[in-house]
Amino acid sequence: MRCGPTRTAPYPTFATHPEAREIVFDFLSDYDDPSLLGAFWVTVQLTFLSAVGSLIWGTLLAAMRVSPVPLMRGFGAAYVNIVRNIPLTVIIVFTSLGLADIFGVALGAPDDFEVKYFRLAVLGLVAYTAAFVCEAIRSGINTVPVGQAEAARAIGLSFSQVLRLIVLPQAFRSVIGPLANVLIALTKNTTVAATIGVAEAALLMKEMIENEAQVLLIGAIFAFGFIVLTLPTGLFLGWLSKRLAVKR
Amino acid sequence: MTEVSVAKEDRAANGELVVLKSVNKHFGALHVLQDIDLTIARGEVVVVIGPSGSGKSTLCRTINRLETIDSGSITIDGKPLPAEGKALARLRADVGMVFQSFNLFAHKTVLENVMLGQIKVRKVDKAKAEEKARKLLDRVGVASQADKYPAQLSGGQQQRVAIARALAMDPKVMLFDEPTSALDPEMINEVLEVMQQLARDGMTMIVVTHEMGFARSAANRVVFMADGRIVEEAVPDQFFSNPRSDRAKDFLSKILHH
Repeated sequence: MRCGPTRTAPYPTFATHPEAREIVFDFLSDYDDPSLLGAFWVTVQLTFLSAVGSLIWGTLLAAMRVSPVPLMRGFGAAYVNIVRNIPLTVIIVFTSLGLADIFGVALGAPDDFEVKYFRLAVLGLVAYTAAFVCEAIRSGINTVPVGQAEAARAIGLSFSQVLRLIVLPQAFRSVIGPLANVLIALTKNTTVAATIGVAEAALLMKEMIENEAQVLLIGAIFAFGFIVLTLPTGLFLGWLSKRLAVKR
Repeated sequence: MTEVSVAKEDRAANGELVVLKSVNKHFGALHVLQDIDLTIARGEVVVVIGPSGSGKSTLCRTINRLETIDSGSITIDGKPLPAEGKALARLRADVGMVFQSFNLFAHKTVLENVMLGQIKVRKVDKAKAEEKARKLLDRVGVASQADKYPAQLSGGQQQRVAIARALAMDPKVMLFDEPTSALDPEMINEVLEVMQQLARDGMTMIVVTHEMGFARSAANRVVFMADGRIVEEAVPDQFFSNPRSDRAKDFLSKILHH
């Protein structure tokens, strides 16, 4: 039931004044190389490639850390403890100023700077994120009861078979949640690639902030963009983790 | 303390399958296995009993090198136990093991549990492995559970699957490490029956257990351990009715007459 006169909004809103939307978001059309979507697409590519790479490298590191060979265990432990304690910015800057400029690493694209720095950024992100993936997986390995590995050895499986067929599949299922955290952190960490000039979302944001007046709006747009990327990932992996949980 | 050896000539005739010679093992300061000498003949069923902490389980686990030993030697079918690597894996495939806590692979179905070793170790093709797995599951009475996951089965069913998984490798000898200790009383018999059937079929078995009924009915020989030593070996009737050592008398007086 409505009492009194119908209220109208005292101030113009997007609903009452459609042209306001145009005025506020107008500046976006000035950016087309890269466009907002284009920049986020680079972010997605950085995230995806780094995620795949760090999952592989992190799994290998975890295998080293639980292997019976002391040299491998030592290498795995040293790698993780060094790399995860270095700021990502330092690592990413090193890929550019160190690897590329001093050691001449070009990753197959010496002349195409865009491709070269994109690849260097992926390399840096993989090197860094793998340390966290390794530790997540290692904690997963520790959740697998020792009897599982014993039973596997008892039927004659080799060390690598025990790991590949019995321990890791169970370990992965128990660390989907923690790995989702790592993936979300990685998605946001791709913004560090801006420091070496990769044209992803954060670089575009910096450019917009320098040139435009709507600083709060720009911040909100990019924050929203990252939430659109990470929120569904987190929800999906949370669901997957429940679905694939090993029942004991 | 007296050591009684029984029917030596019978065993020699069948051939020695598992031979332990002066085996020693320490867990830190604890001397858990002390100069163990034990010979198991082909087709023999040996039951190892004794109080908790006497080293029975450790003894069982050294035979497929899930526990390493400090000194002495273990040979299986004439071959010394390899230290590690491929040779050890091959040997383990020939030695079936059943654990107290079943240890079925939790992320695989019952059928996959029984097929895995055949495919990955014996390199049997998938169809043959499945056929054999189903046959074995039928033999231990859980054929209808083939597509379930271990957590969906009762303890007794899980342990019977574990026996089928070990049998799928065609082992020369089966080790049972307290196979019924984690089971509800009503499920113990279904597992013991499978084991008794195995014994009747001529499988060589080393069974660590507290089931004296099984020892009486299925064992060729009882090995009594205490404090890391084999205190007494005898045929079951003799051991249970007329134990020689004081330690065994004391042990039996505590567990029988219930």
